Amino acid sequence: MPISASFRRAIPAASCSPAVVDKRSRGKRAWKGKPNGMDPLLELLLNAVVAGLLLGAFYAAVAVGIAIAFGMLDIPNLAHPAFVVMGAFAVWLLNDAFGLDPILAGILCLPPFFLLGVLLYQAYYACFESRGDNALQGLAFFFGILFVTEVVLILVIGADYRTVAAPYIGPNWRIGGIDLPLRMLVPALVSLLMIGGLHLLLTRSFIGRAILAVSQDPLALQLMGASPVRTKRLAFGLSIATAAIAGALLIIIQPVEPSIGREFIGRAFAVVVLGGMGSFVGMLMAAMVLGVTESLVATLFSPSWAPAIAFGFLLPTLAIRAGGLMGRKL
Amino acid sequence: MAALLDVQGLGKRFGGFTALADIDLQVAAGERLGLIGPNGSGKSTFVNCISGTLRHDSGRVTLGGQLLDALPPHQRTRLGLARSFQLPRPFGSLTVAENLRVPLLYAGATKLSDAECRERGMALLGQVGLADKAAQRPRELTQIEQRKLELARAMAAGPRLLIADESMAGLSNAEVDEIVDLLLRLNGQGVTIIMIEHIMRAVMAFSQRLVCFVAGRKVADGLPEEVVRNPEVERAYLGE
Amino acid sequence: MTGDAPLSRPPMGTLAFWCWAAAFTGVVYLAGRWVTNDYVFFAGYIVLQYVLLATAWNILGGYAGYVNFGTAAFFAIGAYISTALNKWLGLPLPVLILAGAAVCGLIGLLMGGLTLKLQGVFFSIATLALAIVTQALITNWEYVGGAAGAYVIRPSRGPLGGSYVEYLFYTMLLLATLAVCIARTVERSAAGYGLAAIRDDEAAAEAAGVPTMKLKVATTVLSGALMGAAGAPLPFFVTYLDPPSAFNLAVAVNTIAMPLVGGTATWIGPVIGAVLLSIVQEAAMVTISSAVNLLLVGLIMIGFITLAPNGIMGLLRGRRR
Repeated sequence: MPISASFRRAIPAASCSPAVVDKRSRGKRAWKGKPNGMDPLLELLLNAVVAGLLLGAFYAAVAVGIAIAFGMLDIPNLAHPAFVVMGAFAVWLLNDAFGLDPILAGILCLPPFFLLGVLLYQAYYACFESRGDNALQGLAFFFGILFVTEVVLILVIGADYRTVAAPYIGPNWRIGGIDLPLRMLVPALVSLLMIGGLHLLLTRSFIGRAILAVSQDPLALQLMGASPVRTKRLAFGLSIATAAIAGALLIIIQPVEPSIGREFIGRAFAVVVLGGMGSFVGMLMAAMVLGVTESLVATLFSPSWAPAIAFGFLLPTLAIRAGGLMGRKL
Repeated sequence: MAALLDVQGLGKRFGGFTALADIDLQVAAGERLGLIGPNGSGKSTFVNCISGTLRHDSGRVTLGGQLLDALPPHQRTRLGLARSFQLPRPFGSLTVAENLRVPLLYAGATKLSDAECRERGMALLGQVGLADKAAQRPRELTQIEQRKLELARAMAAGPRLLIADESMAGLSNAEVDEIVDLLLRLNGQGVTIIMIEHIMRAVMAFSQRLVCFVAGRKVADGLPEEVVRNPEVERAYLGE
Repeated sequence: MTGDAPLSRPPMGTLAFWCWAAAFTGVVYLAGRWVTNDYVFFAGYIVLQYVLLATAWNILGGYAGYVNFGTAAFFAIGAYISTALNKWLGLPLPVLILAGAAVCGLIGLLMGGLTLKLQGVFFSIATLALAIVTQALITNWEYVGGAAGAYVIRPSRGPLGGSYVEYLFYTMLLLATLAVCIARTVERSAAGYGLAAIRDDEAAAEAAGVPTMKLKVATTVLSGALMGAAGAPLPFFVTYLDPPSAFNLAVAVNTIAMPLVGGTATWIGPVIGAVLLSIVQEAAMVTISSAVNLLLVGLIMIGFITLAPNGIMGLLRGRRR
């Protein structure tokens, strides 16, 4: 789990990243000389890889919304991570007030988030897409939304870190020397379920196939009798709805404060670009690679380097893919 | 006579799809060439490969003896290869006159002064009949005026070879004649022109020679009257 | 033909402009010699810093249409290069500014060379990520204080007489004026037309003979260097520099909001936007909390993007027509 320096300062060690916790518990085990038949370094690496896979599955939950909006609809929604944080706070409110299970709360948040996405696309379409010049203005628009969302959250909820309570936050499974903290395992499984569900929806249902079609060729879709704008509106609503679930997963994994979303912008976009813009399988693999790399770096060096890793992935990907992308659309 | 444009064995694939296969084409200096073919026959890909927007996979392209293969589009423009776009793509935030100023500033062999730029630009606008619209924005122009601006901007680059990519689609008969006249005049000034067009009336009125692409291959190359009677061309256009 | 004059050519001669710029700088300088209250210099410094940043951003963002979200990164790198060189060699401020500009120009070259071949949105995402990664790097750079930050000793007197803050103010005045002059020169040169063509239609620009890649990279270098220069005096201005203050999100947002509010097509837009927005914030700072203040900037920015995409200059021109 990557954690910024400020985060490390603000949060007591108990809620720190799995990688850090792993390191500490390993030290303790080594010190007690507890035998479990595995080379300590190998065990350390294996634990880091498993933690990274779980982390990667969570990154995929954040990135899937961007894969839909940016990869398929060509809408550069920079504000997506801010909506994820917003989802986390909505889940926190429900959990805090009614003791609702975080994941159930996330599911309850799906309809309002879907509606929010529909409205946001309506505004984006009216102001930018229909005018035709959506590059500069559209990017700045989403940047503004990102910023305003963050500030509003600070004003409404405050800049403090919030946590939720659930039975799976805390317990830890150990299988053959490998730690499986449930607060990482449950989000990872929910994320995979959500992405699998979305994949089915996109490939099996009519509206899903219309969404895939709009990403390939809006004109052909129009000829088929489906409105590209309506399809995109639905798809964007869907993309924002995923932020509710991703938010629930985020606040299960770690305490959340309003500006934490920024840390995920680079990661999520790196994952989407690296995964081939809109391919779920590619995105999932890219998220796993990023998660494992971050986890290994955090274990072997320092967690404060983690944010740099996404960038280290993104830049070469952009540089190498230049030819292909340029050929497609200049 | 040495060819101005010499294309040998040009090939381009997109994934598994062969867009162009082994195209040979020579265009002599001063020639008027028509290029026809059904939709998806590779005409646009051909233009994009020649002008450098796409990189071709095999073959070689030379202009006046100079190899173009590795050059980016702007260098090809500077060597004298100008193109117009199928759908007009004017610089929307600039005025009509300034639209011409861009190639005048960048594509010419010599650096022009401010006054020279203005003079050359106005002369070109006069030639296409847009002189009185010089201070307007492209979006204020009519459809045919935008086509003329597109051609004038290509001409401002001072080309030896002009590729006019479907510059008449969607125009009325009278407007088509107007554009054909314009292209004939430009050719009269010594510019070699490749016209890519669906409107057969225009192609037949303009071309000295006609080339037909079908499914990424050159199936006919010769006198226009002969090419349109070629059975393979007829089959491609009329179906079997 | 003033009424129909294109946005990129406001009716003012080059000689007249340079005279105005010199006169303005001179008048502000002379007026400054009368002022004894340092608050005026503090407030003025902030306004001028934003004029410089907004102008620098606009050379790439406004003229070429490539949105840089990483202003904070360039700005902070300028500040930290300056801090490090000051600690190491104790160089004078003008040299620190040049060094900050040089390093940021180099980063612009690297970023631009790697990402500008793609559609603009990929460049924007890369710059956003740059801000995050640079913060991680500097947080790990112990020589300049790491996460804890570092104190920088501000000399009590400036080399021109007067307080050091007054000296910083004049330095920033000179830098801002220089940036505006550069922006105007770029705008009216062949490069200005090339950049406008890139912004409107990159493929058509390339077909018209514009070396788009070269021009974009050169512009990114120039824009980045100016942002680095803007950051270099910062350590002496704040005297205590830590990553959160150097990578202030307000800097990134303001730098984008200001040109968009003023109008991105000409050099005057960012100047108007910077003066207006920084005065609004300075005034609001006294009465309301800083979070509400930032919210205000964000909402003004979104309002302008959606309702007045050509900014104040666009509104003024629209009315005149």
